[in-house]
Amino acid sequence: MSVLEVRSLSKAFGGVRAVSEVSFAIGQGQFLAMIGPNGAGKTTCFNIINGQLAPDSGDMLLAGKNIAGLQPRAIWRLGVGRTFQVAATFGSMTVVENVQMALISHAGEIYRLWRPAASRHREAALALLEQVGMRQAADRPSRELAYGDVKRVELAIALANEPRLLLMDEPTAGMGAGERHDLIALVKRLVVERGISVLFTEHSMDVVFAFADRIIVLARGRLIADGDAAAIRDNAQVREVYFGTGKTFAGAVS
Amino acid sequence: MTFTGFLFQALNGLSTASGLFFIAVGLSLIFGVTRIVNIAHGSLYMLGTYIAYTFATRIGGALGFWGGIVATAILVGVIGALIEVVLLRRIYRAPELFQLLATFALVLIINDATLWLWGPEDLLGPRAPGLRGAIEVLGRQLPSYDLFLIVIGPLVLLALHFTLAGTRFGRLVRAATQDREMVGALGVNQAMLFTAVFALGAGLAGFGGALQVAREPANLATDLTAISDAFVVVVVGGMGSISGAYLAAVIIAEVKAICIGIGVVDFGFGSVNFSKLTLVAEFLVMAVVLIARPYGLLGRAQAVVRSIAEPEEPLRPATPALKALGAVVLALLLCLPLLAQSSPYLLILGIDVLIAVIFAASLHFIMGPGGMHSFGHAAYFGLGAYGAALLVKGLAVPMGLALVAAPLVALAGALLFGWFAVRLSGVYLAMLTLAFAQIVWATVFQWEELTGGSNGVIGVWPPPPFDRTSVYFLLTLALAVIAVLLLRRLLFAPFGYAMRAGRDSALRAEAIGIDVKRVHWLGFAVAGAVCGVAGGLFAFAKGSISPETIHINRSIDGLVMVLLGGIQTLSGPIVGASVFATLQDTVMRQTEYWRALLGLIILLLVLAFPQGIAGALAALWRRVKP
Amino acid sequence: MSDAMLAVDSLSAWYGAARILYDLSFEVGRGEVVGLMGRNGAGKSTTLKAVMGLIAERQGTVRFNGGDISGLKPFEIARRGLGYTPEDRRIFSDLTVMENLDVGRQPERRFADGWPAPAWTPEKLFALFPNLAEMPDRLGDRMSGGEQQMLTVARTLMGNPLLVLLDEPSEGVAPLIVEQMANTIVALKKDGLSVLLCEQNIHFARLVSDRVYVLEKGQIHWQGSMAQLDANQDVQRAYLTV
Repeated sequence: MSVLEVRSLSKAFGGVRAVSEVSFAIGQGQFLAMIGPNGAGKTTCFNIINGQLAPDSGDMLLAGKNIAGLQPRAIWRLGVGRTFQVAATFGSMTVVENVQMALISHAGEIYRLWRPAASRHREAALALLEQVGMRQAADRPSRELAYGDVKRVELAIALANEPRLLLMDEPTAGMGAGERHDLIALVKRLVVERGISVLFTEHSMDVVFAFADRIIVLARGRLIADGDAAAIRDNAQVREVYFGTGKTFAGAVS
Repeated sequence: MTFTGFLFQALNGLSTASGLFFIAVGLSLIFGVTRIVNIAHGSLYMLGTYIAYTFATRIGGALGFWGGIVATAILVGVIGALIEVVLLRRIYRAPELFQLLATFALVLIINDATLWLWGPEDLLGPRAPGLRGAIEVLGRQLPSYDLFLIVIGPLVLLALHFTLAGTRFGRLVRAATQDREMVGALGVNQAMLFTAVFALGAGLAGFGGALQVAREPANLATDLTAISDAFVVVVVGGMGSISGAYLAAVIIAEVKAICIGIGVVDFGFGSVNFSKLTLVAEFLVMAVVLIARPYGLLGRAQAVVRSIAEPEEPLRPATPALKALGAVVLALLLCLPLLAQSSPYLLILGIDVLIAVIFAASLHFIMGPGGMHSFGHAAYFGLGAYGAALLVKGLAVPMGLALVAAPLVALAGALLFGWFAVRLSGVYLAMLTLAFAQIVWATVFQWEELTGGSNGVIGVWPPPPFDRTSVYFLLTLALAVIAVLLLRRLLFAPFGYAMRAGRDSALRAEAIGIDVKRVHWLGFAVAGAVCGVAGGLFAFAKGSISPETIHINRSIDGLVMVLLGGIQTLSGPIVGASVFATLQDTVMRQTEYWRALLGLIILLLVLAFPQGIAGALAALWRRVKP
Repeated sequence: MSDAMLAVDSLSAWYGAARILYDLSFEVGRGEVVGLMGRNGAGKSTTLKAVMGLIAERQGTVRFNGGDISGLKPFEIARRGLGYTPEDRRIFSDLTVMENLDVGRQPERRFADGWPAPAWTPEKLFALFPNLAEMPDRLGDRMSGGEQQMLTVARTLMGNPLLVLLDEPSEGVAPLIVEQMANTIVALKKDGLSVLLCEQNIHFARLVSDRVYVLEKGQIHWQGSMAQLDANQDVQRAYLTV
């Protein structure tokens, strides 16, 4: 059964159709990559799914419940975690407090006025940091972390509400090749352990071909291909609008 | 009112709109390029009226009047250029808050300079040569000069529009509005561009002020009324939009004109004087626009909100040393009534300082952890003070009840204004809060039946035993300690963390289920309520309350206190308030020109520590460290 | 080499208290494409910004086209003929394509030896970037990322530069656009322009670069020709990949 089913999603800005009749589904535990040229509608599509934009038409069924048009907060409460293209943490808090904040929110304790926040859910937060390999940095200010480590903390925050779906917008943007593989390998391991499904956008074809279970391709707001790595590599239309000759990335198109 | 009367009043509104447009458009242009909200823009407008008055009366005739208006625009433009070169150029990289404070310091200095040069009396200029008459419109007499004003606004709008859209200068200005640094990297001399834009904006304000010389007397209060009007216009029209500024100026001016035109209406159950409701109407327009379009009618959401926050250390619980220090200070304060038997003034100073501490701590609560730079915190002080004073005088409630009511009245105001304020951020929020405070002030000033107008409410003395200064001091101390500890507790609780989370990254906070606006709104309300306590205590301490004491200056005092102490520490506002209130009570009351003195102190603070005091200390540490 | 277009000697730079660059020395010859490679955070972008005068706290000597530009402001450096395209594009989104190009416009100029530098017009640039020719009146924020990437390069060329500082033109754009960027750089080189290129993608750098400097933690750790780097798996492993 699908975790998320997107049906005929459309969105226009000032008469220009950014996303047009896009439909796809993500299966339980699947690692789904969304790729396509810049301006193809990936970000729009993503922002509709996470609630930052409301679609003009179409449905999004999260485990059967339509979430189209809900606020990001509400979608998060239904079990959708996310990471950002430019990693964002709370810079004035320690690493562990960042994760505690998410746990406090998950427990519905945001408006509590008395018992200090730092004493709440600390053990659970440390356990999450352990899983992403950041436990030793728990009490450092999060703004001091290297960028790759910020991405790991962000991942721990995203896992705090035990999501069934994780949305990752260009998770490896701004990272070197080595860091990229490490991060995606970590994500892959965690989601397999927990049975979480992942939808991610990515421009690094090396990462996409190495990790994605399935790939969907957007171009000019429409879904033009949906299949496994081999099928996408051999798709003539995808090659024409996106890959080119393939000499600018490794694992070149055959 | 008849239909023709209505139309006539609408024409009147259009002539007022031109003046509003000239000041708002300059403000908007300058902000666009330099990212500085020039609070002194109202002062330049005021200077325009004074200078034009001098030309018109000294030289006289058509040359003195019309030539004087043109010369005034140029002169004020030059003054603007000087301000940019001498002052603002040094603080473009400083935190936003410091830039706002620096331009406010200019307000204080220009106001005192004007007082010194032209004296305190209102000065009414001559009528415009050649346009002294009136023409008949809709069966009434419309002054020809008003007709001239109606025409000149749109003419300047067109000229500006053409300049921005059709010339290279305009393209550079628009490009710099988006990315100054990139424009420089493409070979454009930014410094020249900035000076030119600032001179243009200042010249427009001077021109607008000069045009008023034949309509209204030059007046020393014009600077702040003009700037708050301009803020409302810019917020309604959209920052950075020239056409938006004109559209909003017309809407605001029309709403006011029509309110005045309607006058007193008898509804059967009672009569309402609409001409007294201009401020309420203005507020309603702004409210409706902000709900529908948070960035104004023709404005656009700011793509990048510049991060001005200095890196802030995580919150740590108080160390034993700090707790001990607090206990010692508290013990000393408890002994103060004993020490003060020889000098009773010490207790009065102590009460002033403690009230300032509550005021500053509540402002810091939203400014620091909340990241909301309120330029109108005096509103909640005033609501608390007037709330308590009016209850005592009007309904004869006891002081205890009045001191409970004070924060509740302030809370109600903060809930109302805060609901709008949290929808904006950065300088927009600063402008909006300042405009709200100005509305509270003007309402108090105008609503004589209730508030006593400019005389204020007098005879608000505490009952025994609190009529003894030492007892009242202890009451103030108790409330100050409770307020400070309460705010501190909240900051360590999940609520305070959520407030900081929303400030650090609203996007991330929303993505983990935090309703950032709601959290900040409640934070704003808490700060307002605590501030109301300070206001209530103030009313009883002084025995009276007047519009003067809740003026914009008080809001700015609060900002200076918070910055003096350091915005990033929880004890900062306490230290800052103590130092500032002491200085104010001892030094600044010695001179008639205390405004200019305060202005100079602020400028010194800003120029000496352009990166903030915390930043300056960090830089010093770097140099000392091997 | 005193005849280098750009000669940088002991360049250091700081962001506040943090030192980012440590005594970098490198050169770019006339008509040469030089790659600055290294991992994220190695200091590549900072190097370009420091050369361009965009970082206030910097030390060292930068000579360009025969003159010292070390202490100049960014606009003065740009007027000497140094072009800069930032990694995050930074086009003016409220301006149209034509207006963006106009902001970049500067007078024609010559190399130190009196030879005229290529003089660009919107027409010539539209020939180089056919996509832009289709949308002269489009506003910047209505363009796709790839189109913006082309516009930012075109805008820099409007200043008729002698040397272009190009920051990661392949980052965040589709493979097809990356290929077009590579072709553009090769074309510029044929016109006699020099390029200093920041890049992480070795497949892209290979297509365009003559020489390479490898950065790590703000220091140059290796330098050599592109062919040498290609052959040197140790350097690639140590500084570029894992």
